[in-house]
Amino acid sequence: MLDIDIIRKTYPDRGGRSHVALADLRVSARAGEFLCLVGPSGCGKSTLLNLVGGLDRDMEGQIRFDDQAGGAGPGFMFQEPRLMPWLTVLDNVLLVSTPAQRERAVTLLQAMELGEVLHAYPGRLSGGMQRRVALARAFVNDPALLLMDEPFVSLDAPTADRLRAMLVELWQRCRSTVLFVTHDLREALALADRVCFLSAAPGRVVLELPVALPRPRMPNDPAVLALQAQLLAQHPDLLTGLIAGTRVTDVPNPQGNETDA
Amino acid sequence: MSALLRVSSLIAFVLLWQLTAVLLQSPSLPPPAAVFERLIDETASMAMPLHLGITLTRVGVSFLLAMAIGTVIGIAMGHWRRLDTFLDAWLVLGLNIPALVTIILCYVWFGLNDWAAIVAVAINKIPTVVVTVREGARAIDPRLMQVAAVYRLSRWRTFSRVYLPQLHPYLMAAARAGLSLIWKIVLVVELLGRSNGIGFQLNVFFQFFDIAGILAYTLVFAGVVLLAEALLLRPLERRLTAWRG
Repeated sequence: MLDIDIIRKTYPDRGGRSHVALADLRVSARAGEFLCLVGPSGCGKSTLLNLVGGLDRDMEGQIRFDDQAGGAGPGFMFQEPRLMPWLTVLDNVLLVSTPAQRERAVTLLQAMELGEVLHAYPGRLSGGMQRRVALARAFVNDPALLLMDEPFVSLDAPTADRLRAMLVELWQRCRSTVLFVTHDLREALALADRVCFLSAAPGRVVLELPVALPRPRMPNDPAVLALQAQLLAQHPDLLTGLIAGTRVTDVPNPQGNETDA
Repeated sequence: MSALLRVSSLIAFVLLWQLTAVLLQSPSLPPPAAVFERLIDETASMAMPLHLGITLTRVGVSFLLAMAIGTVIGIAMGHWRRLDTFLDAWLVLGLNIPALVTIILCYVWFGLNDWAAIVAVAINKIPTVVVTVREGARAIDPRLMQVAAVYRLSRWRTFSRVYLPQLHPYLMAAARAGLSLIWKIVLVVELLGRSNGIGFQLNVFFQFFDIAGILAYTLVFAGVVLLAEALLLRPLERRLTAWRG
């Protein structure tokens, strides 16, 4: 179970004045839950993940995670793949693991259709393949907690959909608790068990929404689009910051009304 | 093709040398054949291998010493701004002090021994290593360091697999420039205060006006430098940069 209770997180901006990034932010996630945090750009999403991941410890408040497995750190996927260019695909995954996990890492990479490039360097791979390596790295230790910071931005839609499907499949197998940050509402609705909406900075939770749609689902599924349309209608003010991030033209559609009922 | 060019450049050099020697007919420029003959004599008598070995040992030890110390200081200065500011003036002094001054002072302070010689060479080299490595330490990618931090990698693993590889190009540049500088300074150190090594031998030949001897030793020395480049530095660099492919 993950419990986040941040009273205040500030950091100095360029002028040296302190800027409040997060205030009164309370979120918790059940063990094994897939939780998406959605918020406009600059609302402190990345800051929050850095705090949960332990990259930044300077804040008022506390973050607790009861890790039954114990030991290893969380899995983490950044906005960019952030692979070590001087290590091969397999070595990049093993970097965060132990040599004993070699077999598991190979199996994982093969399952993600990277078996052909185990010994290639990341610089030779496409953007989508690099994300897959980063995803394998995040899962190799069977992390109890997985933190994801808009990991699929700047990918073309089919590649991103494929990666989302892989992520959900891995998550269902590992039963990790996932904290997934995005500014793309459809992505959140397609992935999450529950979506928390953050306000503009200083970020705090303004709406929580359980998503009960059956899996597997994709961002372009009629049900997802319908749910998005419904949300936009109910909370136009809340989501104004987010519409810019999603493709507005995709939103209204005829099928939406059917699933609404 | 490039191998052919290299060989023909070498042949052209020997021919030019032969031609000049024949035209001048002077004892101050012996022809290539005389020099090669001399080279074989010196090798057969074991004099050259002995002196070469001693010089190479001094080069090796002072090179490793300078690289190790320079790297540590360079990383520290790249990391901590205040240390950088504090040591900056020392660095400028170190970069600009003439090699001869450090050599003389080391001999005066530590006596005419091998350690004084090696320390003198290392002191000449350390500042340039520091400058290069500091540049590398400033260019370390914090995003990759975050990966190491979030996955709780041990300090050693972070250093050896994430940090150090980012410094490799800078360390290679420092090593390259370092070797060529150290070769030259070691000879001066030997000439001034040691009774063996190539620098000492060259001084002896100079006093006897033995030009063939000087040229023979110079040739061997140049050959060794080329070999070190081809057999050590280039393969090492190829291995370290394989991923750039």
